[in-house]
Amino acid sequence: MAKITFITTENKSIILEGTTGSLMQLAVDNSIPGIDGDCGGVCSCATCHVHVHPEHVEKTGEASEIETDMLELNDHYNEYSRLCCQIEINEKLDGVVLQVAESE
Amino acid sequence: MEKSKLLDPFEEARLSKGYGKMNDQDDPVTMILRLKDVRKCAHNWKAFQSGATPGRIVVPSEVNIRDTRQIPFEVDPPLHKDYRSLIEPWFKRPLEKEYKQKLTGQIEAIVDEVIAKKTVEVVQDFSLRLQSRALTLLLNIPFEESETWIGWGTHVFRSEGESLDADKANLLYDYIDQQIIKAERNPGNDLYSMLLSSEVNGKKLTHEEVKGVMILTFAGGRDTVINAVTNSIAYFAEHPESLKQLRENPDVTGKAVEELIRYFSPLTHMGRVATQDTQVCEHAIKADSRISLCWASANRDASVFENPNDIVLDRKVNPHVSFGFGTHNCLGATHARQIMNILLVTLAKKVKSIEILDYTENIEDLEEFKRKVGYDSIKVNFNAL
Repeated sequence: MAKITFITTENKSIILEGTTGSLMQLAVDNSIPGIDGDCGGVCSCATCHVHVHPEHVEKTGEASEIETDMLELNDHYNEYSRLCCQIEINEKLDGVVLQVAESE
Repeated sequence: MEKSKLLDPFEEARLSKGYGKMNDQDDPVTMILRLKDVRKCAHNWKAFQSGATPGRIVVPSEVNIRDTRQIPFEVDPPLHKDYRSLIEPWFKRPLEKEYKQKLTGQIEAIVDEVIAKKTVEVVQDFSLRLQSRALTLLLNIPFEESETWIGWGTHVFRSEGESLDADKANLLYDYIDQQIIKAERNPGNDLYSMLLSSEVNGKKLTHEEVKGVMILTFAGGRDTVINAVTNSIAYFAEHPESLKQLRENPDVTGKAVEELIRYFSPLTHMGRVATQDTQVCEHAIKADSRISLCWASANRDASVFENPNDIVLDRKVNPHVSFGFGTHNCLGATHARQIMNILLVTLAKKVKSIEILDYTENIEDLEEFKRKVGYDSIKVNFNAL
């Protein structure tokens, strides 16, 4: 079980608990505004863009090259950007804080 | 296993130089073939604009058959965003429970029909009808209206040959004019009425603007959806094990939809007009000349996709560009994905196998390249589970 905090673009904190699946799926299942997950989680639509809190980057790991290629062209990209469909929920994620990125 | 294959005609050009050339009615097009370049150009709307003369970013060009600007498709930011924000929520309705239920009802009914008939010509008797009926949901108008659209045949802009056909295009434009006038007189809960009652930047949408959105809605989702549905039937005919896989493991459905859409790339490419002298993969692009973003080629780029010419139903990382990329990504994608998702679930539930009896391929002539996009016709037998 991992506790995951999403901070919406309107600065509202929503704390969720998850055990399996991707962070995108967790967010969509709980209607987190700004996380659409249009492509169902195959890294094709970039509608699940989050910024990982800098001190939590170790928990999530870094984006793959394919993911970075997608993200780099996003107006709201920074070094903490991730597509949360590419992050699987596990114990290591417990306590992670994710800021939902502005949509393009 | 050959009948359902869509070969990649771009591979050699993509690897050797990264672009191809088309003359297209003396308004030449440089086709951009590599995924990274396609994404970069799609992203760079300042250098590669959509807001050119109406019809010019479409390949083959529709400049000679259309004056109405398609909205938001042929508009650049920042105005693009104003239109898009207005229209987007309507095009997300396919995610709603009620919409999904109605679409499921439609697709189950048509699958039952073809199973009962057994032998079916898929393009006319299945895909066109499925697409037209589903469009009544997107527009939120009575189901019966689909009969009119089915009567138009598969192409809105083309007659039986592939060349552009002004008469056929006018049939659609006149129809849309009439429907807008009808909604003006008698507003309802349909897309026409929603648009007519909307404002962008404090101004009510004009008849011409509403028409621009409606032409896009009709044209963008017709051949593309028909090809995606038809190609899916052909694929499952040659891969009954995939139907079984979906039946036993429905969690794969979402990934399967994306993979089929990647492989089929129902829209081969879309143009842009360069606003300045620039270059793409070391090739000079002159101001006011056209490029095209070749989604179909980008989707087979082996530097990104492992085994790009195979359908890997549960492909996990699949950054395809079948719905475009960036600002102008496909407005109808939610509707299209929902159609494909429900189609796959329904086929897995009801169909044991499909046999291909006879077919004629639809080969797109891109001058330097010939690309199969689907079928002009394909006769099959459906066998119930």
